[in-house]
Amino acid sequence: MGCERGYNYIHGEIFEVYDRFEEALREAREAGLLGKSILGSDFSFDLFAHHGYGAYICGEETALLESIEGKKGQPRFKPPFPASFGLYGKPTTINNTETFASIPYIIREGGDAFLALGKPNNGGTKLFSVSGHVNKPGNYEIPLGTPFSELLELAGGVRGGRKLKAVIPGGSSAPVLPGAVMLDCTMDYDSISKAGSMLGSGAVIVMDESTCMVKALERLSYFYFEESCGQCTPCREGTGWLYRVVHRIEHGLGRPDDLDLLNSVTANIMGRTICALGDAASMPVQSFIKHFSDEFAFHIEHKKCLVPKDIQRDGSKIYVA
Amino acid sequence: MLEIEIDGKQLQVPDGSTVMEAATTIGAYVPHFCYHKKLSIAANCRMCLVQVEKAPKPLPACATPVTNGMKVWTHSEQAVKAQKGVMEFLLINHPLDCPICDQGGECQLQDLSVGYGGVESRYQEEKRVVGNKDLGPLVSTDMTRCINCTRCVRFTTEIAGHMELGQAFRGEHAEIMPFVEKTVDSELSGNIIDLCPVGALTSKPFRFGARAWEMSRRKSVSPHDSLGSNLVVQVKHDSVKRVLPLENEELNECWLSDKDRFSYEALSSSERITRPMLKQGGEWIETDWQTAIEYVANGLRSVKAENGAEAIGALASPHSTLEELYLVQRLVRGLGSENVDFRLRQSDFSADKHLSGAPWLGMPVAEIANLDRLFLIGSFFRKDHPLIAQRVRQAAKRGLKVSALNPAFDDWQLPVANSICVSPSEMLVALAKVVKALAEQTGRELSSQFADACASVTPDEVSVSIAKSLSSGRRAAVWLGNYAVQHERAAELHAFAQEIGRLSDASFGVLGEAANSVGGYIAGAVPLGGSAGKNVVQMLESPLKAFLLLGIDLEFDFGNGVAAASAMKSAEMVVVLSAFKSQRTLELADVVLPIAPFTETAGIFVNCEGRAQSFHPVVKSKGESRPGWKILRVIGETLGLDGFDFEKIDDVRSELLSAEGKVDPSKLCNSVTVRIGSLPSVSSHIQRVADIPIHAADPISRRSAPLQQTADAKAPEARLSSTTMARLGLQSGIVVRVRSASGEASVVAATDDGVADGCVRLAGAHSITAPLGSLYGEISLERM
Ligand SMILES: Cc1cc2nc3c(=O)[nH]c(=O)nc-3n(C[C@H](O)[C@H](O)[C@H](O)COP(=O)(O)O)c2cc1C
Ligand code: SF4
Ligand code: SF4
Ligand code: FES
Repeated sequence: MGCERGYNYIHGEIFEVYDRFEEALREAREAGLLGKSILGSDFSFDLFAHHGYGAYICGEETALLESIEGKKGQPRFKPPFPASFGLYGKPTTINNTETFASIPYIIREGGDAFLALGKPNNGGTKLFSVSGHVNKPGNYEIPLGTPFSELLELAGGVRGGRKLKAVIPGGSSAPVLPGAVMLDCTMDYDSISKAGSMLGSGAVIVMDESTCMVKALERLSYFYFEESCGQCTPCREGTGWLYRVVHRIEHGLGRPDDLDLLNSVTANIMGRTICALGDAASMPVQSFIKHFSDEFAFHIEHKKCLVPKDIQRDGSKIYVA
Repeated sequence: MLEIEIDGKQLQVPDGSTVMEAATTIGAYVPHFCYHKKLSIAANCRMCLVQVEKAPKPLPACATPVTNGMKVWTHSEQAVKAQKGVMEFLLINHPLDCPICDQGGECQLQDLSVGYGGVESRYQEEKRVVGNKDLGPLVSTDMTRCINCTRCVRFTTEIAGHMELGQAFRGEHAEIMPFVEKTVDSELSGNIIDLCPVGALTSKPFRFGARAWEMSRRKSVSPHDSLGSNLVVQVKHDSVKRVLPLENEELNECWLSDKDRFSYEALSSSERITRPMLKQGGEWIETDWQTAIEYVANGLRSVKAENGAEAIGALASPHSTLEELYLVQRLVRGLGSENVDFRLRQSDFSADKHLSGAPWLGMPVAEIANLDRLFLIGSFFRKDHPLIAQRVRQAAKRGLKVSALNPAFDDWQLPVANSICVSPSEMLVALAKVVKALAEQTGRELSSQFADACASVTPDEVSVSIAKSLSSGRRAAVWLGNYAVQHERAAELHAFAQEIGRLSDASFGVLGEAANSVGGYIAGAVPLGGSAGKNVVQMLESPLKAFLLLGIDLEFDFGNGVAAASAMKSAEMVVVLSAFKSQRTLELADVVLPIAPFTETAGIFVNCEGRAQSFHPVVKSKGESRPGWKILRVIGETLGLDGFDFEKIDDVRSELLSAEGKVDPSKLCNSVTVRIGSLPSVSSHIQRVADIPIHAADPISRRSAPLQQTADAKAPEARLSSTTMARLGLQSGIVVRVRSASGEASVVAATDDGVADGCVRLAGAHSITAPLGSLYGEISLERM
């Protein structure tokens, strides 16, 4: 590709990874694997770690470019795409670090070997960051196509032996799926997409039966409300609207037409924003209402949770421990 | 060219066009807020979403490039649904109280919400409230109304050249604000009022002055700088309420400088004169027109009888109309005198006998966009010519390389590739070096009159670099700024600049100080053509017995106000025709005749490119003031002079302009042949560098209260480079006494490394520095 510079953009609130990466860069430089004329060849390449300030939006590829350039992390309108007008206006390739990390294997062992690691059409392995109500939250690298139940087992199973209620399989913006649906899935693009969600970033959020889905959605909506960059109208105005309505429902002030309103507002956000954060804020709302409408309806009608408070409290007690 | 179909209509558009641009060419209206043809594309409001064939979702017309064969629907169900969805979002946090908003009636949000908004709000949550910001004396804020379109931010960054506004915070908390403790100080700041599609940014001086529909809109022309911006003057009950740009792509585009926009506040100043006045026994009395005119005519007759017509002279402001300038010179010439001038701040007239026309820009303003090289000589460019500087700023983005020679630099907010900063007296040497470097580089022969001067200089790095820059351009221009024209050796600077233009095949021109800097020549308000007439300096030096002063503030409008005052003191009769009085006028004049300012008279300004622009009165003359051309006609008639028996202003115009109202191009000419004197040696004395601050330049702007509250109008300081400051043992912030040949003043010293070493920058046209007299010369400074 002829590029001479690379940047690894690391989320600002994560220090350990950043320090470790800086250390790795130092070692690579010492070993002559980075810098000018690498190993005596005429190929020069330098790689830098760039520590952000912790804005979620700076993971969006063009906001990331702005951030590296020292500007406010706001996505750019595309086109032009980074491949033609990227960092400092130069053609730029942007991928997740994991994507780049799989390249050496593919070059060394060949594409077929990589594909054979997973299942047809879903080659290779993937890192899953399992969090939530599991006994051993953490990062697990497994071949694509591994049954979700196996991943759950790797993560020590659901805490306190409780029943699995729901899983967000691909990061907070991926639609939530009921636990039973997830248990029939394998962890790969096709299976999860067929079930109505997406593999996304591979951040798997596990929720057990002590979870109030309204409260969970309130937390997610709050996140998007706070993390919207504020640039474009539907997201800037819409994320606040969504959060406030969900917040109202959670706090016993829901109204009968709130669920229709939420669905309609999300429809007005989706596909009309500069970046995908608008969609990301909408999909949880739509999927939570779709799969757990009884809980939302209960909340609106009875001004309280379907999941009794003591059970919720019990769940979070273990969570703290 | 690309083929596109919009709403069923086929059209071809140039490569690189956006869907919005394509739609505009066929008159298909796509609702929008953030899009503006002069600003970069932000695509943030999402109001312009349209349906595009094969696109899974609606796309923003403003940011979507046209591709060949594209099909677009701007009002299909999908498009309108998206547009309505966006409109709902825009309104949820927007106050719905248009009746109490100053933008009401001229608000894009209000207008579009009629077509795209719902009847009732589905948003039942608490609305956002955003704190207002202090943006200075000109722009008022109501930030809760802001829709975050960032037009204002992009304007300050891209057009004004300096990011004075930004969007702080994120998401719903996003707010438009200036930097902490800062206001918006750009001389173009008022344009953000026009750009703001809602009532978030409105005019502070106008605030709640009238509703948009109550005012009539009348066209006019700005009386200030030499660009001649086109204006829409909004009038209610015979009073000017507001001034807005009248779009003219060849001049001001869609912009105005703050001076153009806010000077109207002076029209109702308490210093307006509304009745003729006579001084009798040292007391001013108001009188009627007939008495006043007779008094003037008798006075002129008796001065002529006793001292000869040569004892009479007229001095006119370069902001006067073409007709006023013409008639005042005809009056003086009719009386038998040749003493007439309008170049009040000029000090060197040795080029006069060689001038064969009016010095002008040498090119159309619109051509600036095509320049790739520019050499600016002696100009406080950004403040003297805000909108021409803006054009140069845009051209610089496309590759125009600017070089400049000045005794003091401000931040022009545009890249200056080569700059020479030397004292006023060294400017000639600096130009000689550039001339020599150019001759060496191009291998062309120097014109003979420069040979001697250039023999003694050796080009240095920067003069070689300027020479290289100019000679490598395809379209270069060399311009003399106001400072160069007012320079003590202006004629030689002019000649050198002209030689630089010749050697580099550049267009050569003069920026011009005022609305009628070209018009004054066209009108003949100059003692040119080998006549025995006196120029302004001669008139003040060998004082005349009678002066006619047209549109002048005695203290501020001359290159040497002290000399002007003493000339007036020794005269027998001083007749002032002006819209305003000042203390000095009342002290020194014998008769004051109230003339109508530009809003109350018809007239013509000839701008720097030689374009004659006529305008009509937009309101009635205040009190008994009358258009200057009418007063001059009556004086001429009363004196029984030839050529004053015309009826209409058009009769005057026909003598100056072609039948189409144009200036004959042969009357514009920058070419001079001047003998080059010996180049000055370096002086060890501190020299004064005087700029004329933007809002102090003419009688109208200096009486506009809001303009006088701006950062540009702050009291003059003694600005010195850090080297000079140290050499003199002074510090920034202390009060110093500055002394010139004619007087002294106390001012605060300030460090400014944009000022040439060995100089002190002390603005002119201000009461604090007025006692210093000449804008040039040696100054001594001492700690108080
Ligand atoms: C709001 C938002 C946040 C994102 N955050 C991340 C992130 O933290 N890490 C990441 O790799 N991609 C993130 N993305 C996706 C990137 O924009 C981009 O699609 C991705 O890095 C492409 O790389 P890949 O193809 O290797 O996955 C985010 C996208 C959006 C819209
Ligand atoms: S969708 Fe949200 S985060 Fe993305 S650009 Fe628009 S406002 Fe910013
Ligand atoms: S203040 Fe006006 S121009 Fe500026 S962002 Fe807000 S709405 Fe747009
Ligand atoms: S006008 Fe196109 S997004 Fe604002």
